[in-house]
Amino acid sequence: MKIVSEFTKGLYRENPVFRLALGLCPTLAVTSSVENGVGMGVAATLVLVCSNFIISLVRNLVPKKIRIPIFIVIIATFVTIIEMLMQAYYPSLHKSLGIFVPLIVVNCIILGRAEAFASRNNVLYSIIDGIGMGVGFTLSLVLISSVREILGNGSFYGIFILPTAYKPVLMMVMAPGAFLTLGYLLAFFNWIDKSGNN
Amino acid sequence: MSKMFKLSVTPHIRDNTDVQKIMYSVILALLPAAAGAVYFFGLRALWLIVLSIISCAATEALIGKMLGKPLTIFDGSAVITGILLAFNLPVGVPWWIPVVGSIFGIAVGKMTFGGLGYNPVNPAILGRIFLLISWPIQMTTWHKPNGFTGLDAETVATPLAVLKQNSRIILNRDSSTIEAFNSATSKIAELSDSYMDLFIGNVSGCIGETSVLLLLIGASFLMYKHYIGWRIPFSFVATVGIFTWIFGGYEGYFTGPWLFHIISGGLIIGAFFMATDMVTSPITFRGRIIFGIGCGIITSVIRLWGGYPEGVSFSILLMNITVPIIDRYTRPRVFGKVGK
Repeated sequence: MKIVSEFTKGLYRENPVFRLALGLCPTLAVTSSVENGVGMGVAATLVLVCSNFIISLVRNLVPKKIRIPIFIVIIATFVTIIEMLMQAYYPSLHKSLGIFVPLIVVNCIILGRAEAFASRNNVLYSIIDGIGMGVGFTLSLVLISSVREILGNGSFYGIFILPTAYKPVLMMVMAPGAFLTLGYLLAFFNWIDKSGNN
Repeated sequence: MSKMFKLSVTPHIRDNTDVQKIMYSVILALLPAAAGAVYFFGLRALWLIVLSIISCAATEALIGKMLGKPLTIFDGSAVITGILLAFNLPVGVPWWIPVVGSIFGIAVGKMTFGGLGYNPVNPAILGRIFLLISWPIQMTTWHKPNGFTGLDAETVATPLAVLKQNSRIILNRDSSTIEAFNSATSKIAELSDSYMDLFIGNVSGCIGETSVLLLLIGASFLMYKHYIGWRIPFSFVATVGIFTWIFGGYEGYFTGPWLFHIISGGLIIGAFFMATDMVTSPITFRGRIIFGIGCGIITSVIRLWGGYPEGVSFSILLMNITVPIIDRYTRPRVFGKVGK
């Protein structure tokens, strides 16, 4: 049952975007469309699971003083693998994500979970934590990019779902729309939490 | 037993103004320009103003109710936001533009932060910029005065847009033909024939910003009542004038068309009615001068070298954000304080 709770904490209770406020830079940048959001989420999840696995395996061998550079090397290895796979099999996604694929290396979620969890827990829990956090990250990205794409483009995953009479709010697919969406969703989840406690 | 005295807290001499009185005076001051808007652009202008006011008031009332606050729409600030937002729209915009802009400006710019007095930026400016970047085509389609005969009436460019387009041709002299260059210079020369039109408001543009004369009538009423000071409008307008005089000409420095820049576009309405909003402008006198100069510099830079033909709303928004730090660093010195 600990396994289940370790998995589900990444979905809501300790959601990396809305609770831990980690990885906000790629969140804001790639959520202009649902397709990009899903792509980034899946890529980050794969990197997170693999790096959590390896870091957890070597956690007792790594000297405390140089653990961060060693984690970065491990994470960068997996990001390179994922990036090459993406470039080969999903070139359009790789093109639209652009520089944010290599930036997964310094995504705070991955480094944060490595430091806070994988370097202190065994392999099984680290993998579960990685999957939970990754899925939570992906779900958050899908939520934000749905709002932005529907309001800002009238489409969802490229399919136009609003009538043509709807003139889309162009600001939503630009940077200010990203910040506003993230801010209001954060406020919404905080409010749910607060009124849940009362 | 000695006589009982009533105890009260300072101040002991009070003026009889309150927020409501000031707001309604501002609305009164905006009436000449509103009349001008209807005169030059027809009844649709009135419709846009009414829609905007209703949307602003309804949004504030609704959100206030959701947040459990008492009803505040009768203090007049939502009405002013509605009027100013409508003044910043071209006459040909669809009906939903003022509605959506009002909702955004009030909900995001004012109620999110706690209502009147807590907003960091002017809600009308925020609504206007939101509309401009979200629906650029609708927000930059202007008609001639008395030229709006329906949704497919002929569209024209504002004087500032004409200046910007032709400036580009003149400044890129090497990459344009002789005919294009000559026509650009003559179009710009034509602009100086229209000073009287620009002053009265007989030009294309947003419905409330065109008539300098009517706006100044309202502003002088407010200045007489000391509801808006002279520092912000004066420093804003003077900076734009000086900057465009020095850098805005094509025959070298100090040859710019400063009078054209002062009376065209949204400078007068921005400097007198939007930059002087009490909540979002500095408290200290020195701060207000700095604020006005900052607005003027940003406006001039955008007008002369930026991508947009008009920069007043962006400059006011950016300077609004700097107001807390301006206030902090221009605090008056306290007498008698021991120096460090």
